[in-house]
Amino acid sequence: MNLFRNVVFIAAIAGLVAGVVLACMQAYATVPLILKAEVYEQAGGGRSHDHAAAPAAPADAASGNAMNSAAPATNSMSAATPAPAEAAAPAEYEGWAPADGFERFAFSVLANIVTGIGFALILVAVSEFAGGIGNWRQGVFWGLAGFAVFTLAPGLGLPPELPAMPAADLTQRQIWWWATVAATAAGLGLIAFRKSLPLAILAVALIVAPHIVGAPQPGSYETAIPEGLHHQFVVAVTVTNLVFWLMLGAVVGVVRGRFTGTATSLRDSFA
Amino acid sequence: MTTASVSLGASVSSQSRFMQLALAAFLGIFVMGFVGFSHIDAVHNAAHDYRHSMAFPCH
Repeated sequence: MNLFRNVVFIAAIAGLVAGVVLACMQAYATVPLILKAEVYEQAGGGRSHDHAAAPAAPADAASGNAMNSAAPATNSMSAATPAPAEAAAPAEYEGWAPADGFERFAFSVLANIVTGIGFALILVAVSEFAGGIGNWRQGVFWGLAGFAVFTLAPGLGLPPELPAMPAADLTQRQIWWWATVAATAAGLGLIAFRKSLPLAILAVALIVAPHIVGAPQPGSYETAIPEGLHHQFVVAVTVTNLVFWLMLGAVVGVVRGRFTGTATSLRDSFA
Repeated sequence: MTTASVSLGASVSSQSRFMQLALAAFLGIFVMGFVGFSHIDAVHNAAHDYRHSMAFPCH
């Protein structure tokens, strides 16, 4: 299990570094927008989180919200809602939730590092099948592929969403997300590593297919969240994820090179 | 299927190499699946901001 141990070692370092960087970027770029959105969410009585339980609800809740979007505090819908209006924003799910402030930030950092290592494990394992990431520059290209697979492709059908935005059933969206990731990864792999025109055509079909099927969409798109705020959030999420993936790939390349002592020279590398 | 090769500084047979890399990839998928996609309330609440910031389906 030496190989397994080495993969885990490299992934742990790369995931730690890229995860901490991503957490810092999120603290400045995305979390403030989430907190702003939660003001609208609380003003709406937290209703918009009932989509899975009551698919018909978001339509009328959202139209109420839209009318009052200029002054969310006066949202008349909240009076008619059975949902508890005092529900704390991140705790619309029952049970334990981290306290706002440092504790909440600390858990976000932890989630970033843990999943950073998870992404790194996938990246290192898959790239080893293709000969391994030889240096930081190859890593950047692998990072671009990871960004396309895990952020860009699923984000086309399911754009980053803020709290209080209408969305389709959670499980269906998660299934579509994973299917899109798998199809896009398979497609990019075929293009990069199979020198065959029919397979390249199949690859394009694989990448396009999830978007022809289409992501699960909500019954109504109306929301109390201003469009400007959402657009800002989409840009912030996409850019922070891009930097995360470039970073992750580059660090894997550097660490792997140090580790094996066989860094591919930049001139000879695939990239 | 038993050709020995050096991979990441470790000498392994190609079958063992496949198994170990697949195991690492599945471990990675499991870890990010648990943190980012689990329906357990406490896990969702702890990673709430992260899920939104990664554009994972949330709520």
